Amino acid sequence: MVEKEIVNKMKTEEYFVNMGPQHPAAHGVLRLLLTIDGEIIKNVDPDLGYIHRSIEKMCERDSYQQIVHLTDRMDYLSSHINNEAVCLAVEKGLDIEVSDRVKVIRTIISELTRLASHQLWWGVMGMDLGALTTYFYAFRDREYINDIFEETCGARLTMNYNIPGGLMYDIHPNFVNRVKEFLVHFKTKLPEYDRLLTGNVIFQKRTKGVGVLTKEDAISYGATGPVGRGSGFACDVRKKHPYSAYDRVEFKEALFTEGDSLARYKVRIMEMWESMSIIDQLIDNIPEGDIKTPTKAVIKLPKGEFYQRVEAARGELGVYINSTGTKNPYRVKFRSSGFSNLSVLNHITKGAKIADLVATMASFDFVIPDIDR
Amino acid sequence: MNIPLNITKTIHDWLFSIMPEGVATVTEWVIVAAAYLALFAVVGLYLVLLERKVAAWFQLRLGPNRVGPWGIFQTMADALKLVSKELTSNTKIDKFLYNLAPYFVILSSLIAIGVFPFSRQFQALDINIGIFFLFAISSIGVIGILLAGWSSNNKFSMIGAMRSGLQTISYELSVGLSMLTMVLLTGSLQLSEIIEVQRTGGWLIIQGHIPAIIAFMIFMIAGTAETNRAPFDLVEAESELGAGFHTEYSGMKFAYFFLAEFINMFIIASIAVVLFFGGWLSPFGITDDITWFPESIWFVIKVLGIIFLMMWFRWTFPRLRVDQLLTLEWKYLLPINLVNLVLMAIIIWLNWTI
Repeated sequence: MVEKEIVNKMKTEEYFVNMGPQHPAAHGVLRLLLTIDGEIIKNVDPDLGYIHRSIEKMCERDSYQQIVHLTDRMDYLSSHINNEAVCLAVEKGLDIEVSDRVKVIRTIISELTRLASHQLWWGVMGMDLGALTTYFYAFRDREYINDIFEETCGARLTMNYNIPGGLMYDIHPNFVNRVKEFLVHFKTKLPEYDRLLTGNVIFQKRTKGVGVLTKEDAISYGATGPVGRGSGFACDVRKKHPYSAYDRVEFKEALFTEGDSLARYKVRIMEMWESMSIIDQLIDNIPEGDIKTPTKAVIKLPKGEFYQRVEAARGELGVYINSTGTKNPYRVKFRSSGFSNLSVLNHITKGAKIADLVATMASFDFVIPDIDR
Repeated sequence: MNIPLNITKTIHDWLFSIMPEGVATVTEWVIVAAAYLALFAVVGLYLVLLERKVAAWFQLRLGPNRVGPWGIFQTMADALKLVSKELTSNTKIDKFLYNLAPYFVILSSLIAIGVFPFSRQFQALDINIGIFFLFAISSIGVIGILLAGWSSNNKFSMIGAMRSGLQTISYELSVGLSMLTMVLLTGSLQLSEIIEVQRTGGWLIIQGHIPAIIAFMIFMIAGTAETNRAPFDLVEAESELGAGFHTEYSGMKFAYFFLAEFINMFIIASIAVVLFFGGWLSPFGITDDITWFPESIWFVIKVLGIIFLMMWFRWTFPRLRVDQLLTLEWKYLLPINLVNLVLMAIIIWLNWTI
């Protein structure tokens, strides 16, 4: 009580600080207008538009095959999942069914993408909190996945492996073995992550009870992915609306109810384990079949609206296509997880310290081109 | 035979033979000062290299390995680059304070090295309040950091400087009290005497057993905080404040801040070595009979050991938040320290030292 009275009596002047567009904690060109009173944050006002490339508008100009390649550049860390979302939406419009082989390969690569994304996030989370070493440990393991991708389709990050109707190429003969090698490697390394960062007292102090998002707020702000699930909002699209091969695998939805930064952290660590188990179940029995269901060279979707949701590494990605029956879509809208998650930031960081804002942002795992398409 | 001593003696005699006494004394001062400055510029540079190498070992990397074998000239090259760089600055800075700040920081570090006891012969000043002098001088540096943050006219620098102020002022208490605990055991503030006490009774960390070990742990925590290094590097927390108080500095002025950080680390490690690990004394007296053996080697080895420990902290731990930093000091370290001081007094009173 006494402490509170003193705080009320001391009147200090608030001031503005521009955090970004070039700031180490923003991981991109995100500009936050902070109103600060000493170290205490009074208001966070995100200012977007620094990396706006009008992807949605460009989609209206392009054919359906070309749209796929644009989505790589949204959330570049889950590029394969973005591609998959568009392909699924187009396939829905064309009413074609891809083969089981395609479904399984897509799922495996999606999960590998999710793993790579979460590994990068883990490294960056440690770095944002001041433990620089985590970054390099994460990159050591991420390299395995990138090498697999490179061998499979020639690219390491923006893969363009999906096309409407299937896959660009078949998997490399080494694919299965290398994925298995990676799984063996990473199952010994993921506990190392826990030993290095999760159990650290300073880390726990920095994240526990920091940036608490309640379940109600998570739902009303539309926070999805690990952010929503850290608050106890069961929103895993893979579970609720299975697509590709997710209906044939067993996995647990990572759910924590605390809603703080540590809960979001734990969700991602648990998701890494679950992703590995999903790959484990699929990798040994990739069915035979065509890797491509033939489509016309110029895809024309029938008149109407098509929507496909997938679980990207950062949350739900929705692809809305409005077609008038021509070779170009009339309107394309991406519902990106980062944008909704960012809207929560001001709500949960009011009254926190600057360092808490950084910790919260790290646990949200923003990819700015995803927020600002 | 003691070769270093002979060399210094020869120079001393030669100087006094060719000059009047007053001039020779002043010349000698200048030579000693220049030698120390040169020595510590090199020490600072090689500590930077060591830090980069240690960081690389922790982070699955190779570290600098291009300039010279094992990268040994890398930091020299970096220093040359920094010297030749243009000194840019903001337009709306407080010019006088902005230019003054780096000198405060570097001078406070350099003055402190004057009393360093490298060995019995290798100590520029052996004043009878040596440990107090070290402590007093090394805390001037914070003024420079505060000035740098204030005069830069940058809000991030300002936040960093304010954090530095509260951090250094808080943790000085713990550093001072843990030093006082050990001084209680030796009964002297003179560095050479503190070390010589340990020749007979074993290193102070063994002599003082439980309270000494507690004091050592507190000293290491508070000392790391004093030098503004991780996990207490809130001053320049790069993910929060960019570069903190030295954001607006470039070229040599930045290099002064950078060098001062590493010399400060050397200072803290030396105090720890003097107070807990017997300074220049060899472990178990293994080189006591070898008269030509330079004792300063033991001092440097021990200091590097402590510095390695501090680097280990830096590359392992996440950073504390500012309120947690203050909680740690005022609610845990300071009370423990006070109790520890009393415990040490009781142990000395009852003569329970080993």
